[in-house]
Amino acid sequence: MSTNKVYWKNVAQLEKDNELVQKLEQNEFVDKIPVDQFLGDEKTMGESNTNRRDFLKYVGFSTAAASLAACEGPIIKSVPYVVQPEQIIPGISNYYATAIADGFDFRSILIKTREGRPIKVENNHETPVLGDANARVHASVLSMYDIKRLQGPKAFGKDIKWSDFFSQVIVKLKAMAVSNKPVVLMTQTFASPTTQKIINKFIEQFPNISHVVYDTISCSHALDAYEKIYGVRAFADYDFSKAETIVSIGADILGDWQGGGYDCGYAKSRVPKKINGKSKMSYHIQFESNMTLSGANADNRIPTNPTNQKKIIAHIYSKLKGKPLSTDLSSDYKKAVDKVVALLKKSKSKAVLVSGIEDVAAQELVLAINDHLRSEVIDTAQPKLIRQGSNEAVDQLIEKMLKGKVKGLITAGVNPCFTLPNAESFTAALSKLELSVAFSLKEDETASASKFVAASPHYLESWGDYQFKKGHYALAQPTIRPLFDTQQFQDVLLKLSGSNSSFYDHIKSNWSENILKENSWNKTLHDGFLSSGEVIKSDGFSFDLTPQVKILSESSAPVMSLVLYPKTGMGDGQQANNPWLQEFPDPISRVSWDNYLTVSAKDAKKIGLKNVNVANGALNGSYAKVIVGDKSMIIPVLIQPGQANGTVGLAFGYGERRGLQDEMQVGVNAYPFYTHFNRVQEVSITPAEGFHEFACVQLHNTLMGRGDIIKETTLEIFNTKDKEYWNPIPKVSKNHIEYEVTSPEVDMWQAFDRTVGHHFNLSIDLNSCTGCGACVIACHAENNVPVVGKQEIRKSRDMHWLRIDRYYSSGESFGEDDKTKENISGLGDSLTTFGEMEKASENPQVAFQPVMCQHCNHAPCETVCPVAATSHGRQGQNHMAYNRCIGTRYCANNCPYKVRRFNWFLYNKNDEFDYHMNNDLGRMVLNPDVVVRSRGVMEKCSMCIQMTQKTILDAKLEGRQIKDGDFKCACSDACSSGAMVFGDVNDKTSKVSSLKEDDRMYHLLESVGTKPNVMYQTKVRNTDESLK
Amino acid sequence: MASHYEASIRKPLVTGDKTYHDVTMDVAAPVEGNANRQWWIVFGIALTAFLWGLGCIAYTIGTGIGTWGLNKTVGWAWDITNFVWWVGIGHAGTLISAVLLLFRQKWRMAINRSAEAMTIFSVIQAGLFPIIHMGRPWLAYWTLPIPNTFGSLWVNFNSPLLWDVFAISTYLSVSLVFWWTGLLPDFAMIRDRAIKPFQKKIYSLLSFGWSGRAKDWQRFEEVSLVLAGLATPLVLSVHTIVSFDFATSVIPGWHTTIFPPYFVAGAIFSGFAMVQTLLIIMRKVSNLEDYITVQHIELMNIVIMITGSIVGVAYITELFIAWYSGVEYEQYAFLNRATGPYWWAYWSMMTCNVFSPQFMWFKKLRTSIVFSFIISIVVNIGMWFERFVIIVTSLHRDYLPSSWTMFSPTFVDIGIFIGTIGFFFVLFLLYSRTFPVIAQAEVKTILKSSGEKYKKLRDG
Repeated sequence: MSTNKVYWKNVAQLEKDNELVQKLEQNEFVDKIPVDQFLGDEKTMGESNTNRRDFLKYVGFSTAAASLAACEGPIIKSVPYVVQPEQIIPGISNYYATAIADGFDFRSILIKTREGRPIKVENNHETPVLGDANARVHASVLSMYDIKRLQGPKAFGKDIKWSDFFSQVIVKLKAMAVSNKPVVLMTQTFASPTTQKIINKFIEQFPNISHVVYDTISCSHALDAYEKIYGVRAFADYDFSKAETIVSIGADILGDWQGGGYDCGYAKSRVPKKINGKSKMSYHIQFESNMTLSGANADNRIPTNPTNQKKIIAHIYSKLKGKPLSTDLSSDYKKAVDKVVALLKKSKSKAVLVSGIEDVAAQELVLAINDHLRSEVIDTAQPKLIRQGSNEAVDQLIEKMLKGKVKGLITAGVNPCFTLPNAESFTAALSKLELSVAFSLKEDETASASKFVAASPHYLESWGDYQFKKGHYALAQPTIRPLFDTQQFQDVLLKLSGSNSSFYDHIKSNWSENILKENSWNKTLHDGFLSSGEVIKSDGFSFDLTPQVKILSESSAPVMSLVLYPKTGMGDGQQANNPWLQEFPDPISRVSWDNYLTVSAKDAKKIGLKNVNVANGALNGSYAKVIVGDKSMIIPVLIQPGQANGTVGLAFGYGERRGLQDEMQVGVNAYPFYTHFNRVQEVSITPAEGFHEFACVQLHNTLMGRGDIIKETTLEIFNTKDKEYWNPIPKVSKNHIEYEVTSPEVDMWQAFDRTVGHHFNLSIDLNSCTGCGACVIACHAENNVPVVGKQEIRKSRDMHWLRIDRYYSSGESFGEDDKTKENISGLGDSLTTFGEMEKASENPQVAFQPVMCQHCNHAPCETVCPVAATSHGRQGQNHMAYNRCIGTRYCANNCPYKVRRFNWFLYNKNDEFDYHMNNDLGRMVLNPDVVVRSRGVMEKCSMCIQMTQKTILDAKLEGRQIKDGDFKCACSDACSSGAMVFGDVNDKTSKVSSLKEDDRMYHLLESVGTKPNVMYQTKVRNTDESLK
Repeated sequence: MASHYEASIRKPLVTGDKTYHDVTMDVAAPVEGNANRQWWIVFGIALTAFLWGLGCIAYTIGTGIGTWGLNKTVGWAWDITNFVWWVGIGHAGTLISAVLLLFRQKWRMAINRSAEAMTIFSVIQAGLFPIIHMGRPWLAYWTLPIPNTFGSLWVNFNSPLLWDVFAISTYLSVSLVFWWTGLLPDFAMIRDRAIKPFQKKIYSLLSFGWSGRAKDWQRFEEVSLVLAGLATPLVLSVHTIVSFDFATSVIPGWHTTIFPPYFVAGAIFSGFAMVQTLLIIMRKVSNLEDYITVQHIELMNIVIMITGSIVGVAYITELFIAWYSGVEYEQYAFLNRATGPYWWAYWSMMTCNVFSPQFMWFKKLRTSIVFSFIISIVVNIGMWFERFVIIVTSLHRDYLPSSWTMFSPTFVDIGIFIGTIGFFFVLFLLYSRTFPVIAQAEVKTILKSSGEKYKKLRDG
């Protein structure tokens, strides 16, 4: 269309060689303006009316006008590319495969970058091992833009240059090597083949150095057990998707047990699948003391204190081996053990038993039991290598340090001065050392106490190679040039060993020599992982475990035991300065910005501890004085339904003070109680003065018998009864005829025409949702959701667009609650019964329900907005035009799902909310595709319209049809368990279309008639009634 | 008019042997005299409260709605409670002047002026809240259907909030015109009596050149009647539309078809209570006991009693329908209202609105000025709680228990409410010093028939 038509302007143009026309083509004016003529003519100038005063006026005015015009708004400097880098196109995202391995989280992931900035973590769907990012990994991108990061190396508390750093450290190291003074290299688990080589080389260079691996939260017992039997320091891997029976004794398989990452496989086995006309799903029984995600998802959960857990595993083992023990076990446990043994025998190779008991003997029994069952679920041939630490080695190191037998300490990726149980004496010993070097991201306790601090880059700025699992490798590549003057641990070590080549060179040469074989480096780097068939050969199981059984079955219980645990959002606490994670509500307690002592209601009453709600609903908890050994602390108490009596729980990862913004310095430090790296400690608790203010986002815990909010049924009913029985559509009467509420007969609305174009729906399977919360953080990152801080959360003003509601049953089960509510008769009864139903049961059933904007086709919010700021989209979305919103909040009031979030204050560039949106560095994480909302407007889930729109435009540009699976939301993409499926229901072949027709499908609050575009799949429980 | 004779058993509406001139003198006295100390004290307090409220409003607009106690679940609380409360109070004026005019209730003449003034001042307070409760009040004009350059953007005619905009603005303008029309002969009277030229100038401007000719009076009567006809449907419509804010929603406790009549009755109820509060003070302060008699107070008490009972029936009907509907959310919403965490608000409302007016069945109590005053205050408190109960207890526990929470006001919430009370009294106190507070021209029309002096003369 870009032909250059020339239009003729006058007749003269048609003539050839017209002088005037030719002249006009060159010049704007036909004749030259005779400026010199009239300025040079004194006579005319003299006669001019413009006198000196006038002239000065004109000059004055023009100067003023010119200077006024020069006043501009604030100038934001942006430097354009002189040469555009290859592959970086403004507005187009680039994805890089990399891996995180911070010593606690090990995952293969994809990084989305925009204009060269990493802005989001996504799952690497292709990798078979650890490709599903959890909430912490999703949030880790923000930790790179942390203003508290170290910006360069330091020596004796002062900034120095790297060259000085090297010269000073090398002199010291050499001197110490000559005098053979012992130096210890204390590192996290790297699980990195090349790093191991570099460390070996370094030690070769300086033989006085010994290497100790320290896992902040130890898995030493499981590693010891595996090592004892299979000869390799690792632990078994599990594929729960193959399981028919899952028995977990104190193992939080959906949490961070043995490095985590099991929820994906677990969820697969939890969805009822039709086999020979009968639906089947796995059965999961959990014995545990703290209420964990695993316990919350289990079919039967039996609160069990750590001692009884040991006894139970001993009994199960003995019974399986046909030599039942005669020692005591209470009748309830006995029944459960019988049941478990029967099930294990029945499911045989489809069964698995796992345990988190901190005891080598128990872990040996686990391996023995699974070996006995010939379990297909456990994988001992290709074990996981993501924890290497040994309690014994670390204990020895501490002892040597305290006795002054160590003269130098190099730490990397660990913060022993904070995380060791006796951190204070360790810090004192550290500061006396001749040489101390800390490789650290921030100026934490260890870095502050060390003489030299080597500023480390964030993993997104680093190279790396990993072996997460035997026979499985991963590669990490930098996604941005280091933001600060940092050098990787490996590079520094190489330089200290006198090598001139970089870590990258080493990885490449190591891989091409030993790992890649016939595979291409480029392709592997692109994919981020490589699988080889290596296995560990073993000669099966031939150990006599009788002494172990004896030890376990004879263990005795303290009056009260403390069970330490890593919290879903905080893990070991190294990302404590990450506001997304601080604000992330714990999936179980739904408390953010805190850790707390979880106590059962019974024990709380006994000790005299209380939880109360203040006038604005916010939760307060008593303080308790907690004494473990010779240490005591004042800790706030949260009464936790499901907590085994005689036990209390406390999360790691809080209470750090160094290297953290003031706002993030919350909670108490649990590490001092972690003596001998045992998570179970004998404890005594007494009440203390005062109340602690919690920031809990869910203040009401039970479902109040409202079974239509979370529909659920049992596997038996699901298999035997019609859909109308277990998933009925609510009915309404019109002219004394009952119609389903979805029937057009009772619908007063005119439906939108949905025949043309896409129609987006999101399906959420309540069976496979484990409540892990990865989607919550993914949504936070994708949509620039603000962080509001503890005080605002306390006022029920959380901004999460997507929340995961957690309900406890008030009776033994939700089904029982429904019955209780239905059987209410009379006013007096309803008064007392509803009051009773507000309290959660001692050991409740738990249900999770992710709730975001339901994108109703008949949206109550749309009709009430006076300025039409929220209106319906062609593709099913309920739009929100922030610019049009005047903030009446009527829409939020009229939303039956309460998913709309109001900007009560200005949450960006506001010192009152000093989180990442208040500094230039933190704002780099913002997604440029999503607007940052201002104060006074309503916001909510948009079904990631920026993502669906991009898919549509890309397909259009490439001239192709959109395939099912192309459409994504941040949440559905982050959901590794497959609980969230997003797509176009106008595409009849799409997965979401078939889910819409599924018998289990229901809409939330169908009776309100909102006709949502989000649907839920009824939860089917496989509960064994006899164990209740 | 057949008003020249009144049965002798009817009590006189104007007591104390008043002649026509006495009426003029009594009404002009507060305008022409100087303010006493009490007036200045009360005015000082009101002004302080008003300024404090202004400060709170400025803080809200400068910082954000977050300075209030609202949260994700309870998006409206004191703001809309105050709005509905003030609109409700504003109802009595129109009812007294328009509806009672059409029904030829002569006793309204002594109180209609102040009742209408109260209406206008309280509607001004009410109108403040929809604006300041917005997250971005500087864009409030977007709620008006004015042609704009924003593209195809237009207001949403489906939204009850938009209906509110129309209802309130119509009500305010009609009330203002009606009030002013009635004021014309009275302003003219003050103008004619004024000695100071400035005063004369002002009152002649305010009286729109009223000359007192027969034609003036004829037109005056005609316009009054027409405006009364126009205003009467407004009495019903304004609060009906305000109730639509709740009735058209889907929230249990709000979604109720009984709301329009229930709100109108409640509005009249609270409006009369406020008139009662104001006039009992005013008749004392401005020496108007002969015009606003115990009989007036008694009649208003009867209206309060009747509307209070209507409101009571509505409360009970709501409970019954909630039970009868069989909808669990509906049932729980009402159960929670009466017995949940806000039970005290519900029972304050019940006590103040339903039980307290029942005392008015006793003649001794309804003719006691002190008792009437106390009850009028109690009713005003009760009606504030009614709106609080409807708004907050319905929102704080709706469908999904995960979102249930509580509301607690901040000093800003309280400050703004007190500020509007202050603003209201500032306006009312200024009014009572500058306006003829009794429609003396109208009172004079019944002096012959219902004045004590003439009644005595006639009946011997």
